[in-house]
Amino acid sequence: MKGNVWKFGDDIDTDIIIPGRYLVMRDPKDLAKHVMEGLDPEFHQKVNEGDFIVGGSNFGCGSSREHAPLALQGAGISAVIAESFARIFYRNSINVGIPLLEAPGISQHLETGDEIEVDMEKGVIHKLETGEEFTFKKLPEFMLEILNKGGLIPYVREQME
Amino acid sequence: MSMTMAEKILAKAAGKKEAEAGEIVMANIDVAMTHDLTGPLSVESFEKIGTENVWDPEKIVVVFDHQVPADSLDAANNHLIMRDFVKKQKITNFYDVREGVCHQVLPEKGHIVPGQVVVGTDSHTCTHGALGAFSTGIGSTDMAMVFSTGQLWFKVPETIRFEVEGTLAPQVYAKDVVLNIIGQTGADGATYKACEFAGETVQDMSISDRMVMCNMAIEMGGKTGLVEPDQKALEYLKARTDKPYQIMKTDLDAASLETRHIDVSELEPQIACPHNVDNVKPVSDVQGIEIDQIFLGSCTNGRISDLRDAAKILKGKEVAEGVRMLVIPASREVYTKALDEGLMSTFVDAGALVCNPCCGPCLGGHVGLLGPGEVSLSTSNRNFRGRQGSPDAEVYLSSAAVAAASALTGKITDPRGY
Ligand code: SF4
Repeated sequence: MKGNVWKFGDDIDTDIIIPGRYLVMRDPKDLAKHVMEGLDPEFHQKVNEGDFIVGGSNFGCGSSREHAPLALQGAGISAVIAESFARIFYRNSINVGIPLLEAPGISQHLETGDEIEVDMEKGVIHKLETGEEFTFKKLPEFMLEILNKGGLIPYVREQME
Repeated sequence: MSMTMAEKILAKAAGKKEAEAGEIVMANIDVAMTHDLTGPLSVESFEKIGTENVWDPEKIVVVFDHQVPADSLDAANNHLIMRDFVKKQKITNFYDVREGVCHQVLPEKGHIVPGQVVVGTDSHTCTHGALGAFSTGIGSTDMAMVFSTGQLWFKVPETIRFEVEGTLAPQVYAKDVVLNIIGQTGADGATYKACEFAGETVQDMSISDRMVMCNMAIEMGGKTGLVEPDQKALEYLKARTDKPYQIMKTDLDAASLETRHIDVSELEPQIACPHNVDNVKPVSDVQGIEIDQIFLGSCTNGRISDLRDAAKILKGKEVAEGVRMLVIPASREVYTKALDEGLMSTFVDAGALVCNPCCGPCLGGHVGLLGPGEVSLSTSNRNFRGRQGSPDAEVYLSSAAVAAASALTGKITDPRGY
């Protein structure tokens, strides 16, 4: 996975990722038009397919709305990298198929606009301009499997067959 | 092995004798709740899995509360999807637009008993721990799994037990206690953990007050809130259900238990300031801040005791010029009681707007949205940027008493002395 970084701060909550008034929508592409709107109304126009979000601690705190990871997915975000994640957002993201990479200290090293490449198997983030490498906590095996299948639904369907 | 309440309940639900924090268990679900806003996505995911019938229609509860009555065509369509699902799957526990906010309706209607595992597609599902159930919020895909199989995996959490001691001063409430705890713990201070509330102050609290405490466990990252069921809890249940229950209590020498002591005898009313719930200050630090809207309601503080506390302050007086006050009872039962007790005429006479039981402006998706630059004082549980409308609005959180006193002055006001 290769793309550019969009950096945000600590405690990025689900009302920032997708405000409550848009929860009547379900299509990731529709939701994506409002993603991160509270902090940056033009975000959806600037972000490119494959880009990464980098956050501080407690990323995704707040509501159980799965619309939050769906909005990020609809915007083309390939993974969220943060110091730490809130619990429900973590489950939801893996379930819909977005990798979440927990990398303590990462927000000191990456800035908006940095180009990075992520190696999921090795658990390494490469900053392409400087050649620096940062590690993240590798995901448990069964979560990797869910991600590889494209989310919990395809995973469960395959198990039921 | 010594275990916490959370470990005991999850062990039982997984058909095991013991469970230990950190372990992943597959638990059988006793109650699965969804509502009008996150329900349609759960139904969509359920249909994608392709199971024809839900595992047990009697264990599913559907509540319409977030956008009732429908305020847009999109909301009306969501309601249709859910009514259709309810009918097709023969779900009998269905509360359409008339009943109120899910976290008030579930215990009121006797769906919650001690020892259960309860999941809901709503983060404040942790409220039900007030009756000794392990109750937690999940997403729509997880819910689709539950609909199909009746099971879900959990990482067994560690527990932080908040031992609260001291008698609360007049006009200081459970909301102030829990805001104070969140301020000290931080928005992520209890992430992945069960938050147990104990000690003499909690024992003295009503079930409603305990719900306030558990409701806000998620605001410090908690997986669930919990209070050990006692005589009061059993009395609450007796009037509402004859479902079998099992009382489980924390062994105080459990390995995964951390105990923190809090003395609240000197506590003054607390306010969570924009834009984070852990940005908590005593009312004396923020009094005088001007307010455009007051919201008395929500699954945190929309119960009859809150309405009573507010009405006592508002009786015979008028909401300040230029201030909008919304009063939204958390359920039909609360609404009816408030009518019978004459509280509603107090509110209407004071110039407040009384709405039907629902979430109201709490999540900024229905009535009472804030415009740019506006300031709201709300008895709900979240003050995130954009939560009640414009991202340029500000939300302060407080008890019902602070809300009522502030309604009279148009500024954040200390309710002591009212
Ligand atoms: S009242 Fe607010 S917090 Fe409670 S369920 Fe409704 S939207 Fe969620």
